Amino acid sequence: MVSLAISFLLGLMLLSVFAVIAMRNLFAAIILLGIYSLLAAALFMTLDAVDVAFTEAAVGAGISTILILATLLHVGHDTKAKKIIKPAPLLLVLAVGALLVYGTLDLPEFGNAQNRVHQSEITRHYLEKSPGKNGEIGIPNVVTSILASYRGYDTLGEVTVVFCAAIGVMSLLGGLRKKKKQTTVSNDSTTDSAS
Amino acid sequence: MLIAATTAILITMLLALTRGILGPTLYDRILAANMLGTKTVLIIAVLGFITGRPAFLDVALVYALINFIGVIAVLKYFEYGSLHHAEKHDTPDEEQP
Repeated sequence: MVSLAISFLLGLMLLSVFAVIAMRNLFAAIILLGIYSLLAAALFMTLDAVDVAFTEAAVGAGISTILILATLLHVGHDTKAKKIIKPAPLLLVLAVGALLVYGTLDLPEFGNAQNRVHQSEITRHYLEKSPGKNGEIGIPNVVTSILASYRGYDTLGEVTVVFCAAIGVMSLLGGLRKKKKQTTVSNDSTTDSAS
Repeated sequence: MLIAATTAILITMLLALTRGILGPTLYDRILAANMLGTKTVLIIAVLGFITGRPAFLDVALVYALINFIGVIAVLKYFEYGSLHHAEKHDTPDEEQP
């Protein structure tokens, strides 16, 4: 039943992606991208990846939708209605996609407990020593203890990157708005800065 | 019964996606996105019971909050953006004459 639900969700995702490609109205395409993220989050949830699903729902459906909307409100949402399919790039993309699919054939079987990553020494160490009252970390969720403690410096680096990206995006969007205000309403700068 | 519920939710997701693709106006699509989020919450809850982990229910609750806040944010951005635009057009017209 669960695998059937997963297949159905994958089919819905495929449908929404083709709809995004065919959509000429960019606002509608953004909303459909948000729908795609929601479906992906549901899929991750059925695959037991709770934290990835949360990230997908918050970032994919929430923040990135709003960021693209903010961009569209600055640049306008009209597209040129041209539907030319160029054969060479399409072939290249299909070839690369086929190569990637061929690469996934070597991956270990999904969910098999006999996979090497489940049998390795370090996995057993994390699972046995990390949780519990006298454990090394003491957090019940092993994934959280790996992310927040064993791999703490890596997570600190990631947070730094995300922070820099947020500063960049905010300065880009905020700077554009300020500049427009200065050019259009140059007289009452006091009310602008107050608001 | 849970399987019937899952089937019904999946079919509703398909219908909502159809409305999102076909929807003539933008607000139809936003409503479809909101509805798909709600169906995601429901399917997480039902699949949690099918696989025997009722703790998924808490996740579904937080998910409902994220979905609500996300749709509110998108709508607010639409309104704020357009309001911002109207404000910019209005204030020079009022001040210049």
